[in-house]
Amino acid sequence: MSAALSTHGLDKSFGSLTVARDIALELPQGARYALIGPNGAGKTTLINLMTGLLRPDAGEIRLGGAPITALPPAERVRRGLVRTFQINTLFPNLNPLEAVTLAVCERDGLARRWWQRVTAHAGAIDEAHAILSTLMLGNDCYRPTRELPYGRQRLLEIALALATRPKVLLLDEPAAGVPRDESRELFEVVAGLSREIAVLFIEHDMNFVFRFASRIIVMVGGRILREGTPDEIAADPAVREVYLGQSRQGARQDLHPVLRPGAHHG
Amino acid sequence: MSAGALASPQAWLRAQARWHPVEVAFWLATLAPYWLFPDYLVLASQIAITALFALSLDLILGYAGIVSLGHAAFFGLGAYTAGLAAKYGWGEPISGLVLGALVAGVVGYAASFIVARFRHLALIMITLGMGLLLVEAANSASWLTGGNDGLQGVKMWPIFNAFRFDLYGVTAYTYALAALFLVFLLARRIIHSPFGLSLRGIRDNATRMPALGAPSRAHLRTIYTIAAVMAGVAGALLAQTTETVSLESLGFQRSADVLVMLILGGTGRLYGGLVGAIIFMVARDQFSGNTPQFWYFWIGMLLIAVVMFLPNGILGGLAKLTASWRRA
Amino acid sequence: MIGPVIGVLFDGFAYGMLLFLLSVGLSVTLGTMNFVNLAHCAFAMLGGYVTVTLMNQLTWPFFATLPFAFLAAALVSVLFERVLFRRLYRASDLDQVLLTIGLAFVSVAAAAYIYGTLQQPVQMPPYLRGSVTVAGVSFAAYRLFLIGTALVITLALVGALEYTRFGAQVRAAVDNQRMARGLGINVNGVFAVSFALGSGLAGLGGALAIEIVGLDPSFAFTYLIYVLIVISVGGLGSIGGSFAAATLIGISDVAGKYYLPELGSFLIYLVMLVVLMWRPAGLFGRR
Repeated sequence: MSAALSTHGLDKSFGSLTVARDIALELPQGARYALIGPNGAGKTTLINLMTGLLRPDAGEIRLGGAPITALPPAERVRRGLVRTFQINTLFPNLNPLEAVTLAVCERDGLARRWWQRVTAHAGAIDEAHAILSTLMLGNDCYRPTRELPYGRQRLLEIALALATRPKVLLLDEPAAGVPRDESRELFEVVAGLSREIAVLFIEHDMNFVFRFASRIIVMVGGRILREGTPDEIAADPAVREVYLGQSRQGARQDLHPVLRPGAHHG
Repeated sequence: MSAGALASPQAWLRAQARWHPVEVAFWLATLAPYWLFPDYLVLASQIAITALFALSLDLILGYAGIVSLGHAAFFGLGAYTAGLAAKYGWGEPISGLVLGALVAGVVGYAASFIVARFRHLALIMITLGMGLLLVEAANSASWLTGGNDGLQGVKMWPIFNAFRFDLYGVTAYTYALAALFLVFLLARRIIHSPFGLSLRGIRDNATRMPALGAPSRAHLRTIYTIAAVMAGVAGALLAQTTETVSLESLGFQRSADVLVMLILGGTGRLYGGLVGAIIFMVARDQFSGNTPQFWYFWIGMLLIAVVMFLPNGILGGLAKLTASWRRA
Repeated sequence: MIGPVIGVLFDGFAYGMLLFLLSVGLSVTLGTMNFVNLAHCAFAMLGGYVTVTLMNQLTWPFFATLPFAFLAAALVSVLFERVLFRRLYRASDLDQVLLTIGLAFVSVAAAAYIYGTLQQPVQMPPYLRGSVTVAGVSFAAYRLFLIGTALVITLALVGALEYTRFGAQVRAAVDNQRMARGLGINVNGVFAVSFALGSGLAGLGGALAIEIVGLDPSFAFTYLIYVLIVISVGGLGSIGGSFAAATLIGISDVAGKYYLPELGSFLIYLVMLVVLMWRPAGLFGRR
């Protein structure tokens, strides 16, 4: 069975600045992978390369075994490769119902129809509402997006992505900026994602990472440093050095609890 | 607002598309000139034509975010086509109108491939440049267009073989108003269609659309073509009701004026162009007189005032006002 | 028949230099501050009227009026920037366009009210009227003067940008505003000075334009279109781009009107469309 998403030998440089070097990874179907690394490691760049916002200098990308390296971004989405954005990229003047209905209509090719009322497409509207309810946005779905609290907007980011019926979902820092009291809903939503979707998420929030990831990829300076199970990564000295700098005696206390040696997690 | 929580999603969307009593009142009020201003029906028909033109610009500017400084090109194309048809023997109004709209639409479709590819300053300049080019072409082709002197010899037949274009403008106003209303209904349907939703998506966040798999460029081409057709209708109406066509129907001044009207009324609200056109044309009729400088001065001040204090135009300001009344 | 070709090139280049002076300020302002100032040519017009007033009412010599044309435009632009423009730095393109067009309308009306709608007559000093003949081709003295002035100013601008501390600050602010602020550069101050400088140059251009194209209230709009063409072809924020584009447009316009007079301004619109479709950001534009 071919991987849901795979890359091979992906390179990208801006002049003398190398942002991606020989990136090779494989995302099996139903995966829950995390991509971590310090700021500037090239994580979002990798997502941009995968989704087609950036063209690689070398290498190839395959979706479900089929090459997509030459395809424009919208076409990749239509084939099931979908992302969310680190900074909310929503429609401020539309409400969630309108936004998700828009996504569903686009998916089903209904968006060209300028002569039909949108209310004629009950199926699309119902599906949009159902998605929003699953993401606990049902009560807010009539308020304009710009009026929603940040955590709710973050959920809408995911709702929009889900409306496209993705096979592969790339979440770019889904928990970023979400206040503590709103993050529980987010966690529930991510936990509830269908096992038919392969998920790769970038995160800095280690609680999130160790809760959901079955495998972790560590990126530093445009390269993949390590890849492994959460236990392996937590124990890896190279990873610890990356997150701490020099390994010093008293530094063990600065480590996130999950990274401390002998910690229990999962 | 709280009733929305109880309504089903379909019901909520249906409610958005329902005719508001103020809308009905507006359209009823457009019948008023017959009784209240019978001496001004010619002006009224010109206002209706300009309002239709402004509506077509709102579709691309207010709903799709295409800033065009050359939209008069389609107005002029419709005008010259209808004028030429009448001049060379076919004075039947309705078919002349359709012909004018068609020509404008075909050119609009061709232009849309260019227009949909650009944004920001490049887009503004390209639309400006294409409009200016068309004016120069029309000027040089004076054997066809009459050049600076305008098109002469446009003679219209009566509508439906019964309604002659009279000096008082009754036929003209009815004709223009009917066309405006029908096109308005079309625009309204477009706004409340899945396509209209996508347009608003493009306007709100063009980056997100391809991330949803949406073919933004194809959508923009479609609305640009539709807007060109509508502008062509307006232009044809002008040619037919005034029995003359001049270069200014294609010119930069007309493109700029309609932009001002739309901003005045408020973009993205369907009625903004209509309201703006009414105010602008009435004011110009009253104030411009023999000193055009006087007019320019006040329009300039008005533009500055609108941008500083009423960024969403008059309708936007009214919407805010009524919202604050409702809250109070 | 090399004579007419050289004549067209010379006249075109001179016209291009005038367009450069008028355009460079707007190109830099748009490229750095992202502020669409369509009242730019109204500042140019102001410079022109300052020169006219000083020469005709106060009988000043032509050269003496030029620094004042520059200063008047620069100061008035700063005034408007403080009072009006800075509130719109975050506003949409359209709002900026409309506000500044409104301002241009008002200035046109004011100019018509004060000076009337006819072209202003001015008398150039005798050594600028007349021509210089080289190898059988005659070159108008005024145009030589115009070219010379523009080249000196271009060298001064480029020199200032490359070799002075202020220039380095401008380049930093253009490249990465946030970083420049983070380094302690007073970015707002830098932009304000560039804005004043650009408007001042426009004012100077307006004064110099009187002899070439005449001055009347419609100047603010007629030349706005040329300026917009130059900056979109040249690329925003680029002095070199403005120079190249102005030369291209100046020569195209003169050549077009000379060889194909029936087509009028056709050629420059065509040039603009071709360039923009090939390079939407302009010949030397970024992003």
